[in-house]
Amino acid sequence: MSTLEIDRARKLYGELEVLKEVSISIGTGDFLVLLGPSGCGKSTLLNMIAGLEEISGGEIRIAGKVVNDLSPKDRDIAMVFQSYALYPTMTVRQNIEFGMKIRGVPQAERDKAVKTAADLLQMTHLLNRKPSQLSGGQRQRVAMGRAIVRQPKLFLFDEPLSNLDAKLRVDMRTEIKRLHARLGTTIVYVTHDQIEAMTLATRVAVMKDGVVQHLDDPQSVYDRPANVYVAKFVGSPSMNIIPAKLEVKEGRAVAVIDIPGAAPTELAGIPVSSQAAAKYAGRRVLVGIRPELFSLAGAQSAQKLSVNIDVVEPTGPDTLALFQAGGVEVTARVPPRAVAARTPATLAVDTAKIVLFDAETEQRID
Amino acid sequence: MSRPTPLSNRIEHWLPRLVLAPSLLVVLVAVYLFICWTGWISLSSSMIVPKYDFVGLNQYVRLWSTPRWHTAVFNLFVFSTLFLALTTGLGLLMAILLDQKIRVEGTLRAIFLYPMALSFIVTGTAWKWILNPALGVQKVINELGWTSFVFDWIAQPTFAIYCVVIAAVWQSTGFAMAIFLAGLRGIDNSVIKAAQIEGASLPRIYRTIVVPMLRPAFLSVIVLLSYIAIKSFDLILALTNTGPGSATEMPSTFMYSATFRRDQMGVGAASAMMMLMTVAAIIVPYLYSELKESRDGH
Amino acid sequence: MATNAASLATSSTPLATNARSFRRQHRIGRAVIYGSLFFMAAFYLMPLWVMITTSVKHLDEIYAGSFIGLPQQISFDAWRTAWSEACNGTACKGLKPYFINSLLLTIPAVIMSTGIGAINGYVITKWRFPGSNVIFGLLLFGCFLPFQAVILPMAQTLGILGLAGSLPGLVLVHTVYGIAFTTLFFRNYFVSIPDELVRAAKIDGAGFIRIFVSIMLPAALPIIVVSCIWQFTQIWNDYLFGASFTAGENAPITVALNNIVNVSMGRKEYNVDMAAAMIAALPTLFVYVVAGRYFVRGLTAGAVKG
Repeated sequence: MSTLEIDRARKLYGELEVLKEVSISIGTGDFLVLLGPSGCGKSTLLNMIAGLEEISGGEIRIAGKVVNDLSPKDRDIAMVFQSYALYPTMTVRQNIEFGMKIRGVPQAERDKAVKTAADLLQMTHLLNRKPSQLSGGQRQRVAMGRAIVRQPKLFLFDEPLSNLDAKLRVDMRTEIKRLHARLGTTIVYVTHDQIEAMTLATRVAVMKDGVVQHLDDPQSVYDRPANVYVAKFVGSPSMNIIPAKLEVKEGRAVAVIDIPGAAPTELAGIPVSSQAAAKYAGRRVLVGIRPELFSLAGAQSAQKLSVNIDVVEPTGPDTLALFQAGGVEVTARVPPRAVAARTPATLAVDTAKIVLFDAETEQRID
Repeated sequence: MSRPTPLSNRIEHWLPRLVLAPSLLVVLVAVYLFICWTGWISLSSSMIVPKYDFVGLNQYVRLWSTPRWHTAVFNLFVFSTLFLALTTGLGLLMAILLDQKIRVEGTLRAIFLYPMALSFIVTGTAWKWILNPALGVQKVINELGWTSFVFDWIAQPTFAIYCVVIAAVWQSTGFAMAIFLAGLRGIDNSVIKAAQIEGASLPRIYRTIVVPMLRPAFLSVIVLLSYIAIKSFDLILALTNTGPGSATEMPSTFMYSATFRRDQMGVGAASAMMMLMTVAAIIVPYLYSELKESRDGH
Repeated sequence: MATNAASLATSSTPLATNARSFRRQHRIGRAVIYGSLFFMAAFYLMPLWVMITTSVKHLDEIYAGSFIGLPQQISFDAWRTAWSEACNGTACKGLKPYFINSLLLTIPAVIMSTGIGAINGYVITKWRFPGSNVIFGLLLFGCFLPFQAVILPMAQTLGILGLAGSLPGLVLVHTVYGIAFTTLFFRNYFVSIPDELVRAAKIDGAGFIRIFVSIMLPAALPIIVVSCIWQFTQIWNDYLFGASFTAGENAPITVALNNIVNVSMGRKEYNVDMAAAMIAALPTLFVYVVAGRYFVRGLTAGAVKG
């Protein structure tokens, strides 16, 4: 059993509050990703879990045990750092067994653990090299090996892939996922890369200014973001946030969007409760539409927007079409060669997946 | 935090401070307390032994009415100006020349820098011999046929200070060169290439683009050389022994002889405080800006 | 290159003449650069040359012949005199005892000040606490202290400690005033070692001392060399402290050298002076030749961002 409970954890640097009563709790085998831009407090939180930063308020429990006053070595954790933090003067083997040596693990057991980890990460041939003789990906592997041999209750990853080039990053991402599947250890993983969060996590906590904005499984965070900030941070290209007016027609919510050079267009079939619809009737709201909710309109399409395409950006598998609507630039993901720049087009919208936000608070309207 | 923390954690918490404490204490005593102590002596009537009374600024008045001190301050001014200008100029020139993809750069650099490894006493001894009018450079040139050539500065009260300048420049140029060279190596090469494509000549590129970019190196060189100039002591002792007469007296030598030879401890302390204030006026703002910059940089 | 230029020249287009004059200009420029560099190199080598040649000449040759030329006959008598017979005003035992003094005082002072600087730099960079930066600033000023400002109290203090005029006293003084520079060296070096290394070690269970000994010190080898060389050069070459805090038998080599050179009895023995100066210079010159790279790093460290 290796659960992690973060209970109203706070961090103060003097007067400055960098974490404001953060509460997150995950179960055994979960893969929690702390996602956010730099300065959002995600790394601070990770360091507090690790015991590298003091906890100013609240509690952190690992496997049900309060660890606030335990030093890192007593928390039963292992950590992989952004710069890998390999000890430069030690060989790979020495790096991996340093912790065991300090704990007084006998030589035979150390050798066995090193061998297991090296086999698992396919780096047996690297054991006698120094970190300076390794490539970025190999260093990453060694850092993970060093963490694995501890057999910790909790793995902590601090932006482990951000020093790698794009191709390697994808490979290592898969490797981490595989490792998690094989070992089943609970993981806390910090990143600013939303794709890493989506691909790896079982739970994502999107953070901003020391506050958790949204905590859920990745697909839910993607589909029903808690607020405009999360909506824009997760997904690439990010969710279109279009100002519109909400009206109620025949008891159902309809969003009215201004289209330049044309009459305002109505989109119906938006999933909001009737109470919310009634509350916001006649008010300005923000309509969140993911780019892939657009498609080329056919004869059957019920909900349509007729727009003028400004720019098209082919990406290969599909093309991004940019146009103006509701006073903002909107991106639609359409099939290749479906539309051309500076020509009109009619796009269908899958309104069942639209998300509405309050124009003032920017919180999701359910 | 009311929860009791384990003892080992608390030791770990205090250990770094405990380890640093002795050094801090030693420096507080040996630098800051000692400075105050010297300051106090400078306000007392101490002569042969320290006396801890208070006579106000009497010693400073005496100091500034001593002609020898006037010579010392004047010499320091002449010496520093020439020393700074020549060392900085020559050092920059060397660095720029060495930066032109020179084949034997390593050897030349080593040659320009080796005097820095020598003691000023050794430097003084060597130059005293070279500048010796009877047997040194003057004689060599006389024997080459230029019989009227005279180079006896070291024996001339008006010119002896320039001998000190020559020896000091010889010793310290390598240092300026090393810092400038490090600065030049830190400059992005593409800037120079861009200017070359624009058609600028090499001297012009250096004058208008590269040298202005060396501003931090200039600051370092000038500050550190000023410090060397103000405290220079051994070189004068070995080269001219403050002579002829007291023509090459400097504040550092004045302080030493007032204190240890002429039993004017109070005056000596006052001159030491004057030196300290001069150094502090140059160094403190420099250190402050260096530290501030590095904090901003992180 | 040359054939290319010739074939281009036959066509004698304006472009080709341009290229030719450009190349000629370039060649002249290179010549000027090399010329000036070699001239300056000659000037910088001249004193060393003069010292060495003078030290192996006979005194008669010195008084008769040119001082810059090669010796007619090489003799190491002057070196022998300087090493074991030259007089310094009190005794005529040459430089030997003072050379040993300098070794005896330099070695412990170098080791102690480097050790203390290493641990200080480690604390200041990796175990920051409120006020640690202020402490660093306080230490740093010590790098630029004009020692005249502390000589008097130091002399008094050494007297109180019973160390006046002794070698251990001088070792203490050099260690104390060396801490500022050694701390600066190690601080600037350790600052470039990522903090994550310390964090990783903490998670591995290593403590303050273990991290220092097992991780930081092995990684700090280059800067240990820099610090040792710098301290060695500084302490070996020091004159002010040696002249102020020691007397007679206990003087370091720089003081003895100055005394030997300034003793004037009869005909001045310039060859002995130069041999003595060379003897005093050899240890630091040797270190410079062997480890010049590290010497330069120490030299420029004071100018590198703190």
